[in-house]
Amino acid sequence: MSLVATLIPRGEEFTPPGPGDFNLPPIGPDKTFVFLGETMYLGVTKPIIMLVLSAVLIFVFFRAAAAKGAMVPGRLQFVGEQAYTSVRNGLGRDVIGSHDFQRFVPYLFTLFFFILLNNFFGSLPFIQFPTFSRSGMVYSLALLSWVIYNAAGIRAKGGLLKYLKHQCVPQGVPVAMLPLLIPLEFMSNILVRPVTLALRLFANMLAGHILLILFALGGEYLLVHGALAVKPVGVVAWLLFIAISFLELLVQFLQAYVFTLLNAMYISGALSDEH
Amino acid sequence: MAIEGSANMIGYGLAAIGPGVGIGLIFAAYINGVARQPEAQGRLQTIAILGFALAEALAIIGIALAFVL
Repeated sequence: MSLVATLIPRGEEFTPPGPGDFNLPPIGPDKTFVFLGETMYLGVTKPIIMLVLSAVLIFVFFRAAAAKGAMVPGRLQFVGEQAYTSVRNGLGRDVIGSHDFQRFVPYLFTLFFFILLNNFFGSLPFIQFPTFSRSGMVYSLALLSWVIYNAAGIRAKGGLLKYLKHQCVPQGVPVAMLPLLIPLEFMSNILVRPVTLALRLFANMLAGHILLILFALGGEYLLVHGALAVKPVGVVAWLLFIAISFLELLVQFLQAYVFTLLNAMYISGALSDEH
Repeated sequence: MAIEGSANMIGYGLAAIGPGVGIGLIFAAYINGVARQPEAQGRLQTIAILGFALAEALAIIGIALAFVL
Protein backbone atom coordinates (compact mmCIF):
# COMPACT_ATOMS: atom_id res chain seq x y z
CA MET A 1 0.00 0.00 0.00
CA SER A 2 1.53 3.30 -1.02
CA LEU A 3 2.12 5.92 1.62
CA VAL A 4 -0.18 8.42 -0.02
CA ALA A 5 -3.13 6.05 0.12
CA THR A 6 -2.78 5.73 3.87
CA LEU A 7 -3.20 9.47 4.30
CA ILE A 8 -6.18 10.21 2.06
CA PRO A 9 -9.31 10.66 4.15
CA ARG A 10 -12.50 8.91 3.29
CA GLY A 11 -15.99 8.79 4.66
CA GLU A 12 -18.42 11.56 5.49
CA GLU A 13 -17.58 15.05 6.68
CA PHE A 14 -16.88 15.90 10.31
CA THR A 15 -19.39 18.30 11.83
CA PRO A 16 -17.74 20.26 14.65
CA PRO A 17 -19.71 20.80 17.83
CA GLY A 18 -21.32 24.13 18.44
CA PRO A 19 -23.62 25.92 20.84
CA GLY A 20 -26.61 24.19 19.21
CA ASP A 21 -25.57 21.01 20.99
CA PHE A 22 -26.48 22.63 24.27
CA ASN A 23 -30.20 22.84 23.50
CA LEU A 24 -31.32 19.75 25.34
CA PRO A 25 -34.65 18.12 24.52
CA PRO A 26 -37.46 18.52 27.04
CA ILE A 27 -38.39 15.72 29.40
CA GLY A 28 -42.09 15.23 29.62
CA PRO A 29 -45.01 15.64 27.25
CA ASP A 30 -43.91 16.55 23.76
CA LYS A 31 -46.24 19.51 23.37
CA THR A 32 -45.60 23.18 22.97
CA PHE A 33 -47.66 26.21 23.80
CA VAL A 34 -47.42 29.82 22.80
CA PHE A 35 -46.73 32.40 25.52
CA LEU A 36 -46.19 36.08 24.69
CA GLY A 37 -45.44 35.17 21.11
CA GLU A 38 -42.79 32.53 21.90
CA THR A 39 -43.28 28.78 21.64
CA MET A 40 -42.47 27.14 24.96
CA TYR A 41 -42.06 23.49 25.86
CA LEU A 42 -44.52 21.85 28.19
CA GLY A 43 -41.95 19.56 29.81
CA VAL A 44 -38.89 20.55 31.83
CA THR A 45 -35.39 20.36 30.44
CA LYS A 46 -32.39 18.73 32.06
CA PRO A 47 -30.72 21.97 33.27
CA ILE A 48 -33.82 22.91 35.27
CA ILE A 49 -33.85 19.54 36.99
CA MET A 50 -30.13 19.92 37.70
CA LEU A 51 -30.64 23.36 39.27
CA VAL A 52 -33.28 22.04 41.63
CA LEU A 53 -31.22 18.92 42.34
CA SER A 54 -28.15 20.98 43.22
CA ALA A 55 -30.13 23.18 45.61
CA VAL A 56 -31.61 20.12 47.31
CA LEU A 57 -28.22 18.40 47.58
CA ILE A 58 -26.51 21.43 49.12
CA PHE A 59 -29.32 21.90 51.61
CA VAL A 60 -29.30 18.25 52.61
CA PHE A 61 -25.53 18.19 53.01
CA PHE A 62 -25.24 21.26 55.20
CA ARG A 63 -28.34 20.37 57.18
CA ALA A 64 -26.85 16.96 57.95
CA ALA A 65 -23.51 18.56 58.83
CA ALA A 66 -25.08 21.03 61.25
CA ALA A 67 -27.54 18.56 62.77
CA LYS A 68 -25.57 17.41 65.80
CA GLY A 69 -23.88 20.65 66.78
CA ALA A 70 -21.39 18.90 69.07
CA MET A 71 -18.57 20.80 70.76
CA VAL A 72 -16.05 18.29 69.44
CA PRO A 73 -17.12 17.88 65.83
CA GLY A 74 -17.39 14.55 64.09
CA ARG A 75 -16.21 14.13 60.51
CA LEU A 76 -19.25 15.42 58.68
CA GLN A 77 -19.62 18.40 60.98
CA PHE A 78 -15.93 19.18 60.57
CA VAL A 79 -16.18 19.21 56.79
CA GLY A 80 -19.26 21.40 56.90
CA GLU A 81 -17.61 23.80 59.35
CA GLN A 82 -14.43 24.03 57.28
CA ALA A 83 -16.43 24.74 54.15
CA TYR A 84 -18.45 27.44 55.86
CA THR A 85 -15.57 29.16 57.62
CA SER A 86 -13.39 29.17 54.52
CA VAL A 87 -16.02 31.22 52.70
CA ARG A 88 -16.89 33.34 55.73
CA ASN A 89 -13.30 34.27 56.56
CA GLY A 90 -11.47 34.08 53.27
CA LEU A 91 -14.15 35.67 51.12
CA GLY A 92 -16.26 37.58 53.61
CA ARG A 93 -14.13 38.98 56.37
CA ASP A 94 -10.89 39.44 54.47
CA VAL A 95 -12.46 41.15 51.47
CA ILE A 96 -15.42 43.10 52.84
CA GLY A 97 -13.82 43.97 56.16
CA SER A 98 -14.58 42.82 59.68
CA HIS A 99 -17.05 45.61 60.34
CA ASP A 100 -20.07 44.74 58.25
CA PHE A 101 -19.34 41.51 56.43
CA GLN A 102 -21.78 39.38 58.38
CA ARG A 103 -24.84 40.59 56.49
CA PHE A 104 -23.43 39.30 53.24
CA VAL A 105 -22.01 35.95 54.31
CA PRO A 106 -25.24 33.99 53.65
CA TYR A 107 -25.36 35.29 50.09
CA LEU A 108 -21.68 34.63 49.39
CA PHE A 109 -21.79 31.18 50.95
CA THR A 110 -24.90 30.15 49.01
CA LEU A 111 -23.53 31.60 45.79
CA PHE A 112 -20.18 29.83 46.09
CA PHE A 113 -21.56 26.37 46.76
CA PHE A 114 -24.41 26.71 44.27
CA ILE A 115 -22.07 27.67 41.45
CA LEU A 116 -19.50 25.07 42.53
CA LEU A 117 -21.92 22.16 42.50
CA ASN A 118 -23.52 23.23 39.25
CA ASN A 119 -20.11 23.56 37.63
CA PHE A 120 -19.05 20.15 38.88
CA PHE A 121 -22.15 18.67 37.26
CA GLY A 122 -20.21 19.15 34.03
CA SER A 123 -17.72 16.53 35.13
CA LEU A 124 -19.90 14.08 37.04
CA PRO A 125 -20.68 10.86 35.14
CA PHE A 126 -24.27 10.38 33.94
CA ILE A 127 -24.92 14.12 34.24
CA GLN A 128 -22.02 15.74 32.37
CA PHE A 129 -23.68 19.03 31.57
CA PRO A 130 -22.53 22.23 33.30
CA THR A 131 -25.72 24.06 34.12
CA PHE A 132 -24.15 27.44 33.59
CA SER A 133 -23.44 26.78 29.96
CA ARG A 134 -27.00 28.03 29.45
CA SER A 135 -26.64 31.78 29.53
CA GLY A 136 -30.06 32.61 30.96
CA MET A 137 -29.20 31.09 34.30
CA VAL A 138 -25.94 32.99 34.57
CA TYR A 139 -27.42 36.35 33.73
CA SER A 140 -30.07 35.95 36.40
CA LEU A 141 -27.33 35.32 38.99
CA ALA A 142 -25.45 38.39 37.75
CA LEU A 143 -28.63 40.45 37.97
CA LEU A 144 -29.12 39.40 41.57
CA SER A 145 -25.51 40.28 42.38
CA TRP A 146 -25.93 43.67 40.72
CA VAL A 147 -29.06 44.44 42.73
CA ILE A 148 -27.35 43.42 45.97
CA TYR A 149 -24.17 45.43 45.62
CA ASN A 150 -25.99 48.50 44.40
CA ALA A 151 -28.60 48.30 47.15
CA ALA A 152 -25.90 47.81 49.80
CA GLY A 153 -24.02 50.82 48.49
CA ILE A 154 -27.11 53.04 48.29
CA ARG A 155 -28.06 52.16 51.84
CA ALA A 156 -24.52 52.70 53.15
CA LYS A 157 -24.00 56.03 51.44
CA GLY A 158 -27.49 57.28 52.19
CA GLY A 159 -28.97 58.10 48.83
CA LEU A 160 -28.72 57.32 45.14
CA LEU A 161 -26.85 60.49 44.20
CA LYS A 162 -24.22 60.10 46.92
CA TYR A 163 -23.69 56.48 45.92
CA LEU A 164 -23.27 57.41 42.26
CA LYS A 165 -20.81 60.11 43.24
CA HIS A 166 -18.86 57.53 45.25
CA GLN A 167 -18.74 55.11 42.34
CA CYS A 168 -18.21 57.42 39.40
CA VAL A 169 -16.03 60.26 40.67
CA PRO A 170 -12.52 59.16 41.60
CA GLN A 171 -10.62 61.30 44.05
CA GLY A 172 -7.53 63.31 43.30
CA VAL A 173 -8.41 63.95 39.68
CA PRO A 174 -8.09 67.41 38.05
CA VAL A 175 -11.51 68.91 37.34
CA ALA A 176 -10.85 69.22 33.61
CA MET A 177 -10.77 65.45 33.20
CA LEU A 178 -14.01 64.79 35.05
CA PRO A 179 -16.38 65.03 32.03
CA LEU A 180 -14.30 62.32 30.42
CA LEU A 181 -13.97 60.13 33.46
CA ILE A 182 -17.49 60.18 34.87
CA PRO A 183 -19.28 58.45 31.94
CA LEU A 184 -16.40 55.98 31.71
CA GLU A 185 -16.57 55.10 35.39
CA PHE A 186 -20.37 54.92 35.29
CA MET A 187 -20.30 52.52 32.38
CA SER A 188 -17.51 50.45 33.82
CA ASN A 189 -18.74 50.24 37.41
CA ILE A 190 -22.49 50.10 37.03
CA LEU A 191 -23.41 49.01 33.52
CA VAL A 192 -20.68 46.63 32.42
CA ARG A 193 -19.90 44.83 35.68
CA PRO A 194 -22.85 42.38 35.69
CA VAL A 195 -22.22 41.61 32.02
CA THR A 196 -18.57 40.71 32.52
CA LEU A 197 -19.38 38.80 35.69
CA ALA A 198 -21.91 36.65 33.87
CA LEU A 199 -19.96 36.39 30.64
CA ARG A 200 -16.85 35.12 32.39
CA LEU A 201 -18.68 32.22 34.05
CA PHE A 202 -20.86 31.44 31.04
CA ALA A 203 -18.08 31.53 28.45
CA ASN A 204 -15.77 29.42 30.63
CA MET A 205 -18.38 26.72 31.06
CA LEU A 206 -19.50 26.81 27.42
CA ALA A 207 -16.01 26.83 25.91
CA GLY A 208 -14.69 24.15 28.26
CA HIS A 209 -17.54 21.81 27.49
CA ILE A 210 -17.33 22.44 23.72
CA LEU A 211 -13.62 21.62 23.92
CA LEU A 212 -14.36 18.34 25.65
CA ILE A 213 -17.04 17.44 23.10
CA LEU A 214 -14.64 18.34 20.29
CA PHE A 215 -11.92 16.04 21.59
CA ALA A 216 -14.32 13.17 22.13
CA LEU A 217 -16.11 13.46 18.78
CA GLY A 218 -12.92 14.25 16.89
CA GLY A 219 -11.15 11.23 18.32
CA GLU A 220 -14.07 9.01 17.40
CA TYR A 221 -14.19 10.41 13.87
CA LEU A 222 -10.46 9.93 13.37
CA LEU A 223 -10.53 6.38 14.68
CA VAL A 224 -13.54 5.24 12.68
CA HIS A 225 -13.43 7.27 9.49
CA GLY A 226 -9.79 8.26 9.23
CA ALA A 227 -7.24 6.78 6.87
CA LEU A 228 -4.94 4.10 8.28
CA ALA A 229 -1.98 6.30 9.16
CA VAL A 230 -4.28 8.82 10.82
CA LYS A 231 -6.01 6.46 13.24
CA PRO A 232 -3.42 6.76 16.07
CA VAL A 233 -4.17 10.49 16.17
CA GLY A 234 -7.65 9.53 17.35
CA VAL A 235 -6.15 7.73 20.33
CA VAL A 236 -4.02 10.79 21.09
CA ALA A 237 -7.18 12.89 20.91
CA TRP A 238 -8.78 10.68 23.54
CA LEU A 239 -5.73 10.89 25.81
CA LEU A 240 -5.85 14.66 25.54
CA PHE A 241 -9.56 14.48 26.32
CA ILE A 242 -8.68 12.87 29.66
CA ALA A 243 -6.01 15.49 30.35
CA ILE A 244 -8.33 18.38 29.55
CA SER A 245 -11.02 16.89 31.78
CA PHE A 246 -8.70 17.41 34.72
CA LEU A 247 -8.08 20.97 33.58
CA GLU A 248 -11.85 21.44 33.40
CA LEU A 249 -12.21 20.35 37.03
CA LEU A 250 -9.73 23.05 38.03
CA VAL A 251 -11.45 25.67 35.87
CA GLN A 252 -14.85 24.80 37.33
CA PHE A 253 -13.64 25.30 40.88
CA LEU A 254 -11.74 28.47 39.96
CA GLN A 255 -14.72 30.07 38.21
CA ALA A 256 -16.95 29.52 41.21
CA TYR A 257 -14.29 31.01 43.49
CA VAL A 258 -13.69 34.01 41.24
CA PHE A 259 -17.42 34.76 40.85
CA THR A 260 -17.86 34.85 44.60
CA LEU A 261 -14.61 36.78 45.13
CA LEU A 262 -15.62 39.43 42.61
CA ASN A 263 -19.03 39.72 44.23
CA ALA A 264 -17.36 40.30 47.59
CA MET A 265 -15.04 42.89 46.06
CA TYR A 266 -17.92 44.76 44.41
CA ILE A 267 -19.82 44.81 47.70
CA SER A 268 -16.69 45.98 49.50
CA GLY A 269 -16.12 48.67 46.88
CA ALA A 270 -19.68 49.90 47.24
CA LEU A 271 -19.43 50.06 51.03
CA SER A 272 -15.94 51.44 51.42
CA ASP A 273 -15.32 54.79 53.03
CA GLU A 274 -12.16 55.91 51.35
CA HIS A 275 -11.15 55.46 47.74
CA MET B 1 -2.27 27.79 -1.91
CA ALA B 2 -5.88 27.98 -0.78
CA ILE B 3 -6.70 27.52 2.91
CA GLU B 4 -10.13 26.11 3.62
CA GLY B 5 -12.22 26.39 6.70
CA SER B 6 -13.17 29.29 8.88
CA ALA B 7 -10.87 32.05 10.00
CA ASN B 8 -12.29 31.70 13.51
CA MET B 9 -9.40 29.65 14.79
CA ILE B 10 -6.82 32.00 13.31
CA GLY B 11 -8.62 34.84 15.07
CA TYR B 12 -8.61 32.93 18.32
CA GLY B 13 -4.91 32.18 17.99
CA LEU B 14 -4.14 35.86 17.56
CA ALA B 15 -6.47 36.82 20.38
CA ALA B 16 -4.81 34.44 22.80
CA ILE B 17 -1.44 36.20 22.63
CA GLY B 18 -2.52 39.06 24.89
CA PRO B 19 -3.99 37.04 27.75
CA GLY B 20 -1.06 34.62 27.56
CA VAL B 21 1.44 37.43 28.12
CA GLY B 22 -0.78 39.02 30.75
CA ILE B 23 -1.13 35.86 32.81
CA GLY B 24 2.62 35.30 32.58
CA LEU B 25 3.22 38.79 33.96
CA ILE B 26 0.73 38.29 36.79
CA PHE B 27 2.25 35.07 37.98
CA ALA B 28 5.78 36.43 37.56
CA ALA B 29 4.85 39.21 39.97
CA TYR B 30 3.28 36.67 42.34
CA ILE B 31 6.37 34.46 42.34
CA ASN B 32 8.60 37.49 42.90
CA GLY B 33 6.45 38.66 45.79
CA VAL B 34 6.42 35.27 47.50
CA ALA B 35 10.17 34.90 46.94
CA ARG B 36 10.87 38.19 48.66
CA GLN B 37 8.46 37.59 51.54
CA PRO B 38 7.15 34.05 51.96
CA GLU B 39 4.77 35.06 54.77
CA ALA B 40 2.72 37.06 52.28
CA GLN B 41 1.75 34.01 50.25
CA GLY B 42 -1.84 33.84 51.50
CA ARG B 43 -2.55 37.52 50.82
CA LEU B 44 -0.86 37.47 47.43
CA GLN B 45 -2.53 34.26 46.30
CA THR B 46 -5.99 35.80 46.42
CA ILE B 47 -4.86 38.74 44.30
CA ALA B 48 -3.01 36.44 41.88
CA ILE B 49 -6.08 34.24 41.35
CA LEU B 50 -8.25 37.30 40.85
CA GLY B 51 -5.85 38.76 38.27
CA PHE B 52 -5.60 35.42 36.52
CA ALA B 53 -9.37 35.12 36.19
CA LEU B 54 -9.74 38.65 34.85
CA ALA B 55 -7.02 38.15 32.22
CA GLU B 56 -8.27 34.67 31.32
CA ALA B 57 -11.79 36.01 30.72
CA LEU B 58 -10.66 37.64 27.49
CA ALA B 59 -9.10 34.42 26.18
CA ILE B 60 -12.22 32.47 27.11
CA ILE B 61 -14.49 34.97 25.36
CA GLY B 62 -12.20 34.49 22.34
CA ILE B 63 -12.58 30.74 22.17
CA ALA B 64 -16.29 30.86 22.90
CA LEU B 65 -16.91 33.30 20.08
CA ALA B 66 -14.65 31.26 17.77
CA PHE B 67 -17.08 28.38 18.13
CA VAL B 68 -20.27 30.42 18.18
CA LEU B 69 -19.75 32.75 15.25
